[in-house]
Amino acid sequence: MASYNTSDFKRGLKVQIDGDPYLMVECLFVKPGKGNALYKCRLRNLLRNTMLDRTYKGGDSLEAADVTEIKAQFLYRQQDTFVFMDNANYEQYELTKEQTDDAWKYLKEGMECSMVLFNNSPISVSPPNHVVLKVEYAEPAVKGNTATNLTKPVKLETGAEITCPAFVEMGDTIRVDTRTGEYLERAKA
Amino acid sequence: MSDQGASHGNPPHEFLPSADWSRLQLRARLLARTRAFFAACGFLEVETPLLSADTVVDRYLDPLSVTLPNDPRMPEQGRKLWLQTSPEFGMKRLMAAGGQAIYQITRAFRGGESGPRHNPEFTIVEWYRRGDTMGDGMQLLSDLAEALLGLGPADRVSYAEAFGWRVGLDPHRATVDQLRAAAERLNVHASGSFAETDRDNWLNLLVALVVEPELGKTRPTILHSYPASQAALARVTGDPPVAERFELYVRGVELANGYHELVDPEVLRARNRAANLARAADGRPALPEVSRLLAAMDHGLPDCTGVALGFDRVVMLAAGAESLAGVTAFPIDRA
Repeated sequence: MASYNTSDFKRGLKVQIDGDPYLMVECLFVKPGKGNALYKCRLRNLLRNTMLDRTYKGGDSLEAADVTEIKAQFLYRQQDTFVFMDNANYEQYELTKEQTDDAWKYLKEGMECSMVLFNNSPISVSPPNHVVLKVEYAEPAVKGNTATNLTKPVKLETGAEITCPAFVEMGDTIRVDTRTGEYLERAKA
Repeated sequence: MSDQGASHGNPPHEFLPSADWSRLQLRARLLARTRAFFAACGFLEVETPLLSADTVVDRYLDPLSVTLPNDPRMPEQGRKLWLQTSPEFGMKRLMAAGGQAIYQITRAFRGGESGPRHNPEFTIVEWYRRGDTMGDGMQLLSDLAEALLGLGPADRVSYAEAFGWRVGLDPHRATVDQLRAAAERLNVHASGSFAETDRDNWLNLLVALVVEPELGKTRPTILHSYPASQAALARVTGDPPVAERFELYVRGVELANGYHELVDPEVLRARNRAANLARAADGRPALPEVSRLLAAMDHGLPDCTGVALGFDRVVMLAAGAESLAGVTAFPIDRA
């Protein structure tokens, strides 16, 4: 298996520690004038989403994580299982709601997502940055109620709740930023 | 693994310097001030070769080499010379040849050192004065730092004091197990490979990550009297034996390293051998143990103290910059 020497260490590297894949999110090079080089790293576990702080010394190495990124189409949801298909080879992959992190809130059938595979199993999925979704339920706007209710929660066709301006109505289609979960604008149906 | 061929597909703006003109002007003023300081102290400015048959034999310094081809059609074949990691050997040869007080401002090269505070090619200020004790050397370094940075005279603290204060252990006597436990207690998470290393690697880890960041926070600080195992080219004295070695720190940044110089050639021969054995164990190539410095020491190196100062880091601190790139026209990725 491929490995990285400390001289290859940099942000964005995907490595494997104790069997788990990690993303290097920080790497600080510290070298006293006399003495071994040190690499102060912060790594994110891609399976558990936990952080690991570790300092390596010059000459250490880490295994490269066996991760690949693919384009996958969201096919359908069955209870808490989300089913995707690799656009290149029609291979199907399943993720639990928990594994999708917040992505499930924005998944609509046919949507093209990017997916990370580790040892050929999916570990995460990201929807496009902007998606268009239908408002399934919203409290009707109350006439004359101006100052207090400028925003309100609405329920999207995916089952997720987000906060919208008070003028958004049931049946509207809206554009949402999936990175922040924020309403952007009303979209044409 | 590394990005290949970055140099010619670069965005067009990368022809520009990474430091702005105000910082390049500050750099020039500090260079002039350094020369004025040494002139006022009666030092002679000297120049020694960047390319030399000799190089410092240090466990963790990786010198770059250059081949002088005999035949231009076979540029890979010929005599191998070393780009100097510091002008130390050349300057000590001048001291052995009658030098009294000499200084140099030059470039130095160290392989594998790249980061916010490292560039493989950098500017070094180095000086030697005959008859100086470690105390004299620390005083001169403090005076120069004051002339360049204006932060007042440097405090002095021994390695053992600073280590005891931050880590709670005596660095000259603590065992590997005690050092490992201290690292864990201080939230320093060492990689598994530290299990197979020696005491010095644990000391180095704790000093670099726990002690150094606290040094020179309010006033410049000189750390002195290093563990004998980290003597490099300093002489060792006392009980417990300590190296007459000192370093200057300002705001947690290591700026200079000085020695009351080792003059005994037999001790240097033994240290060179030990350094090459350690290099071999680390998978590093051996470096030449026989050098003209040894010949100079056989002839007689006078009692003297010498210091090397990282000039780019001084400019970085004076400018309030975050990295060397902010005070260097063309750092390595734009070189």
